[in-house]
Amino acid sequence: MSGITTVDKDIDLQELAAFVWREADILDRCDYDAWLALWTEDGHYIVPIGKGENYEDQVNVCYDDAKMRRMRVERFQQGFSISSAPPADTVRTVSRFVLQGATGDEIVLGCAEHVVENKFGRQRIYAANLTYTLVRTDDGLRIRNKVARLLNSDGELTAFSYLF
Amino acid sequence: MSLDHSPVHPGPAHHTPARPEDLVEHDRVQTPLYEDAALFEQEMEKIFAHTWVFVAHGSEVPEKGSFVLSWVGQQPVIVVRDRKGDINVLVNRCRHRAATVCEVKKGKTSSFQCPYHGWGYGLDGSLRGVPYPEQYGKDFDKSTLGMKALRVDSYQNMIFATLDDGIEPLAEFLGPAKKWIDLFMKQGGGYPVKVLGEHQFTVPMNWKIQLENTTDAYHFPVVHKSFIQSLDKEAEATFNFFDKAGFVEDLGNGHSVAVMIPELVDLDENLDDPIPERFEELAQALRDEGFDEPRVRKIVRATGGAGFNLNLFPNVSLSLAFFRVLRPVGVKETAIRHVCLGMDGGPAAANRMRIRLQEHFQGPMGFGTPDDAEVWERVQRGTLGGKELPILVNRGLVDEVPGVDGPRGHLSAETGMRASYQMWKRMMAQ
Ligand code: FES
Ligand SMILES: [Fe+2]
Repeated sequence: MSGITTVDKDIDLQELAAFVWREADILDRCDYDAWLALWTEDGHYIVPIGKGENYEDQVNVCYDDAKMRRMRVERFQQGFSISSAPPADTVRTVSRFVLQGATGDEIVLGCAEHVVENKFGRQRIYAANLTYTLVRTDDGLRIRNKVARLLNSDGELTAFSYLF
Repeated sequence: MSLDHSPVHPGPAHHTPARPEDLVEHDRVQTPLYEDAALFEQEMEKIFAHTWVFVAHGSEVPEKGSFVLSWVGQQPVIVVRDRKGDINVLVNRCRHRAATVCEVKKGKTSSFQCPYHGWGYGLDGSLRGVPYPEQYGKDFDKSTLGMKALRVDSYQNMIFATLDDGIEPLAEFLGPAKKWIDLFMKQGGGYPVKVLGEHQFTVPMNWKIQLENTTDAYHFPVVHKSFIQSLDKEAEATFNFFDKAGFVEDLGNGHSVAVMIPELVDLDENLDDPIPERFEELAQALRDEGFDEPRVRKIVRATGGAGFNLNLFPNVSLSLAFFRVLRPVGVKETAIRHVCLGMDGGPAAANRMRIRLQEHFQGPMGFGTPDDAEVWERVQRGTLGGKELPILVNRGLVDEVPGVDGPRGHLSAETGMRASYQMWKRMMAQ
C-alpha cells in the first residue's frame, strides 16, 4: 500500500482526514470564526441523545442550524457566559476514518474523536463517533452536516463549554 | 461518562458532627450543609426515606408492562405499570443475592428475571418462580420474597414514591402546590402532557445548591445574560422579570413558587393577546394544518410553557416546559435530569418547537445549563474557604408580606430558600 489510501478515484481519504484534523485544531484553539467558515449554509451540527436518528423530532444535546451555530459562537465569544469565559482547555485527536459513502457532491465520512478537557485543574475525557457529510465546493471541502454521538449520550454528562 | 482525575479537595473532617438545629436560622445557613458527609447520610435517612420523592411522569410508562429506571434518594428503583394498569415502584434489587434485576433504562416487558440465578418477578414485584426450588425445602415462602415495593401516589400524572408508609397522603404533602401543578399542566394546550426526552448531567455540588436554585430568580439576569442576549427583543422583554408584577411565595412543606412572567401564569387566559414574533411561524404552520384560530392560539400560547417556576421539596421542580429532577449522588455530587414535556397527540410542529426551546436553554450544551452548572460548582468550591462565614438567605425579608399560602417576597427574594431550609430543619429534627 502507498501512504495515501485512495478509496475512490476522486476521493482521497488523506485529504478528508487533513480537513477534519484542521477542524480539530480550530476547535482546540477556539477559533470559532474559522470554524463557521468551514460550513455550508444548510445542514446541521448535531449532538444526539441515544441511538435515534430522527433528530428533528427528538431531544438532542444540541441541534444547530446555521442561525443557532452563529448564536452559539457569539455566546462563546462575547464573554458574558460564565461557563465559557474562560472555557475549558481541550486537546482532541481524531482517528479511525472510514468512508461511508459518496453520492453526487456529498461524501459521508465516519471517524472517532477523543477530547480531553481541563478546567478547575480537573481533567475529563470524552469519546464520540463523528459522522460528517462533506461537500466539495469551489472553495474546497465544506461541512454540510456533522453528527457527534457521544459515548453515554443518553446517560449523565457534564456541562460543555466547547464543541465536539 | 467522564473519568475524573482529581480534584475537588476533600474538606477537613468534622470531628464533632454538625447538629442540624445549629445550621439553619431563618436568615442564614451554615457551610456544613454543603459539605458534611455525616450530615448527608442523615439527610438520606431523615429526608429522602421519609418524604414523597418524584420518580417519573406517567407518560414514561404509558402501557401495561412499560417500565423506566429511576431513583428514590440513592436507591435504584424500577417504575413499572402492571397488567392492571397500576404503577409499581420496585427497589431494583433481587431478593436472592442483591443483583440489580434490570439495567435497561426503559422499555416494555411481561416480567423481570434476575440475570444471576434466574429468579423471576411479576410486574408488581411478586416472586413468581425460582429455578430448582427443591433445595429451599417445603417452608420456602415465595410470597415474602417479592421485590421491595414502595408506597406510590400520583398527582397530575406525576408519580411519587416513598419508603415511609406512615407519612401523609401525597395530596396533603403537596398542599397549595397542587393548584400550581394544575396551572403548569395547562401547557398541554388541550392535550395530555407527555415526556418527549430529557437532558441528564452531573454537577460536583451538594444537592441543596440545586434545590435552592429553581425559585431563585435573582440569579437569572446575571447567570443567564448570554441566554437572554441570544433572544430577539420581544423574547428578551419576556425574560426581563424584575420589571413585572412577579413574586416568590412559600407554599409550605418546603415548596415554593416564583412567578416570573405573570401574563403566562394561566395559559387559558389572554388568548387574544398578539402572538409573539418567534411563535408566528408555528402559528402559521398550525393554521396550514387546519386548526381554527382559537385552537392555534391555545396551542401556541402553551408551547412556550408556564410563566412560573414551582419547586417541590425535595427533588423536583416544574419550570417553563420541563421538570428539573435532582438526585443526590454523594455529599458533593448531584445528578440532574431536565425532562422535556410536550403535547401527547398534539401537532408535531408545536412539539418540535418545544424540543428546540429545550435544547436552546437546557442540557450540557444549552445556553443556560452550563452557566448554572458553573455557578453551582463554584458555590461548592467557595465553601472550602471561610467555613465560619454564614450563607445568606435573607434577601427580601425587608418587605416580605403574607401571601395567599405563606410568606410572599419580591421576585428576587430568597423566600423559596427559606421555605426549603425550614422544611429541611423540621425533617432533620425528627
Ligand atoms: S441474585 Fe438474583 S437470582 Fe440470585
Ligand atoms: Fe439558572
